Amino acid sequence: MSDDGFFARARRHGGFALGAILVAALISAAALSLVWTPYPPAAIDVAHKLLTPSPAHWLGTDSLGHDVVSQLLAGARISILVGIIAVGIGLVFGIALGLVAASAGGVVEALIMNLCDFTFAFPALLLAIMLTAVLGAGIVNAILAIGVANVPIFAKVTRALGNGVLARDYAMAARAAGKGPVAIALEHVLPNVAPALIVQATIQFAIAILAEAALSYLGLGAQPPSASWGRMLSDAQQLMFQAPRLAIFPGVAIAMAVLGLNLLGDGLRDLLDPRLRARR
Amino acid sequence: MGLYLFQRFILLLATLAFASIVVFGVLEILPGNAAQVMLGASATPDTVAALAHKLGLDQGVVTRYGAWIGGALRGDLGLSYAYDSAIGPLIAERLAVSAPLAVLAMLIATAVALAAGIFAAQRRGKSGDVAVMAASQIGLAVPNFWFAILLVLVFAVHWRIAPSGGFPGWSAGLGPALGALILPALALGLVQAAILTRVTRSALLDVLNEDFIRTARAKGLSRRATLWRHALPNALTPILTIMGLQFANLIAGAIVVEYVFTLPGLGRLVFQSIANRDLLVVEDCVMLLVAIVIVVNFVVDIACATIDPRLRRRAA
Repeated sequence: MSDDGFFARARRHGGFALGAILVAALISAAALSLVWTPYPPAAIDVAHKLLTPSPAHWLGTDSLGHDVVSQLLAGARISILVGIIAVGIGLVFGIALGLVAASAGGVVEALIMNLCDFTFAFPALLLAIMLTAVLGAGIVNAILAIGVANVPIFAKVTRALGNGVLARDYAMAARAAGKGPVAIALEHVLPNVAPALIVQATIQFAIAILAEAALSYLGLGAQPPSASWGRMLSDAQQLMFQAPRLAIFPGVAIAMAVLGLNLLGDGLRDLLDPRLRARR
Repeated sequence: MGLYLFQRFILLLATLAFASIVVFGVLEILPGNAAQVMLGASATPDTVAALAHKLGLDQGVVTRYGAWIGGALRGDLGLSYAYDSAIGPLIAERLAVSAPLAVLAMLIATAVALAAGIFAAQRRGKSGDVAVMAASQIGLAVPNFWFAILLVLVFAVHWRIAPSGGFPGWSAGLGPALGALILPALALGLVQAAILTRVTRSALLDVLNEDFIRTARAKGLSRRATLWRHALPNALTPILTIMGLQFANLIAGAIVVEYVFTLPGLGRLVFQSIANRDLLVVEDCVMLLVAIVIVVNFVVDIACATIDPRLRRRAA
């Protein structure tokens, strides 16, 4: 095995490279939409509705005359926003719960872990449906539901790997040296668990994008006039016979974003996990 | 096995009870009165009070929870405000669409995933394996509702050989009814198969690395016999476990796919009830779906413990 650096190995990893390119495209699209879109994404122009792709409208327009390219670019923004906040909620509360479970052990650990197992019976979509029924439809409730569904996943990863770290000699030594459980959790457990959490966060980011698209498609997520890929698909479905192309572009955008994040996550796992590296 | 079964059963009951409290509790955090929400802001206090009384909302929290659970155990799910009828028969009617859809999708997912997973595991690192893994990577990325829309575009809009949505009812005969379910089941099942294929492949690869597989091959057993008699049975428990955990996603996916194909299933009922602010129906439907997921995972646990005695001892 050659002792190359991370970047040298990353460049040779095909899946990782492709994933990185796709994710970079997603981020660029969202960033670009902040400063420039061909047309204002929410601008209604009924005189130019349902145009086929042309130099003026690269991917045509929808039933209200929205420029499809502009909407796709703006949709990337919502996807990233949902991903960051939902994964953030999951990371903050999941890491906290996982660290508490691993450090405390015993009844506390069993309680937290049983609670995590229990929440798997509530998929994000069902949570969102319940929240919508109570609080009304909207992107904030959708993000909240997806974020809450993320918490047990990060809690389980943190606790499982955290237990492994706590059993190691250096953690024991730290305890013998008089360090408290909080200091050990933050100084020894967290840095060692971080690579696995980064991998998991990438995968959950992809799942959050899928969930947001589904919720917005169902009318429970992003509300008009904000552009969302899921909402574009639900509009397109009404026009399947007149303009089937409208049902293609947003779906491709979702699939590319999710594929990119999944490949990036898998690639990171290969690159960050030394045991897998040795096996190659 | 008896002790293990008993422990798991108690855990099942506790989980179901806890789930019911969560579902009930979420609808309790509703600001103000549920009857007010159902009727809207323009309703007079008198009509709100009348509806609250009819639905039993004017009683205490504990009394209402008790009445809800007690009724559900007796098969009485309460009254739908929007449909002005008992919720039980309403749900039963919708289950006649949703349950066959879920079963059909699960069958498709299992058949595809086992075939593709075994195929890939036997050709580890070769082109067949790479092709299967690439296909499953795409399957993971494609949202099931978009795949459903694409199926409609191809089979209903372009070729016109399948209906684009709707359900003729089982009274129309088995053929037309199943015909209306086949595209939704494919959309749901194939996307689900992507995950299960990866699980099947990796579970099988783990087992194929074990010493007893080498022993079996060394004593002259053929590749095929080793696979079916030694490798697959040992790979079955992780596959079953993931299938159980994925069942919640299948249920969630079914809700979305029903929406795409305007199937009159449980998912449609939930959305209509949300639109109608018919909260008791939402509560009953969500509880039923969660209960199904919990029971399925219980059954999977028992099945795994039956297949693999080591799991029993570890838990007991």
